[in-house]
Amino acid sequence: MIPTSYFIILSAILFTLGAIGVLVRRNAIVIFMAIELMLNAANLAFVAFARQFGAENGQVLVFFVMTVAAAEVAIGLALIVAIFRNKQSINIDDLHELKG
Amino acid sequence: MTVQVALFIALAAVAIVAAIGLLRAKNAVYAALCLVSNFGVVAVLYILLGAPFLAMVQITVYAGAIMVLFVFVIMLLGAEHLEHEDHLLLQGPLGWLLGLGLAGLVTFAAISANLSAPAELPAEVSANFGSPGSIGHLLLTEYVFPFEVISFLLLAAMVGAVVLTLVQREKKARRSLRNPQQS
Repeated sequence: MIPTSYFIILSAILFTLGAIGVLVRRNAIVIFMAIELMLNAANLAFVAFARQFGAENGQVLVFFVMTVAAAEVAIGLALIVAIFRNKQSINIDDLHELKG
Repeated sequence: MTVQVALFIALAAVAIVAAIGLLRAKNAVYAALCLVSNFGVVAVLYILLGAPFLAMVQITVYAGAIMVLFVFVIMLLGAEHLEHEDHLLLQGPLGWLLGLGLAGLVTFAAISANLSAPAELPAEVSANFGSPGSIGHLLLTEYVFPFEVISFLLLAAMVGAVVLTLVQREKKARRSLRNPQQS
């Protein structure tokens, strides 16, 4: 069988790539996708540990995380559409009205 | 090296390459395609881990519904090429550097954490482990309160999304009512 640590390491790598995506990209939609990548990596760790301990509670939690991710995407994309209508841009460098 | 480990390494390589493709893609549609392939690979990993229900949910909800929403918004805004020149030269390399530091830290923590269970996955689990039936049973018995809360959250998100996109049209209508000659 595959050791659990392999899954955890893959999860860590994917999470990190998502975090880097949030840091280096300027397109709000791509930043959202990177956040989805991070949520997905966390889900992978949940499922790996659920398998290791033989408990299905981890899988139920993954179900909840997916639901929250779906809600977050709906709200976030609605916000992006609203911002685009106001500013004709979704580059987050252009959103600096609150900057002192 | 067993067949399963070889399969895992191949799948992991595809997942990582897709994630890097998401970071490097100039076109937002390519980024979305990379994310879809990453989600598909993770669904296969879920099957390897004995979670067939979650694998199907991953395909339908993540790779299906959520990504369709993303692609829909990209197309709606015509936002494929909106990224222009970076004003902050230092930020890109610094982001990668900090990210690599985070990768090292998380991997170190994952390896050095003394899990109280054996490091190997148990070879056998019960036949209906992770099946829709057993997950549904858990959802409606032990987790029934979080389940209801999450349904409220979805309702709130739905109303919120509708309100966020409706506000402007309403304002415009009101404005044109106030001074009709301008509209």
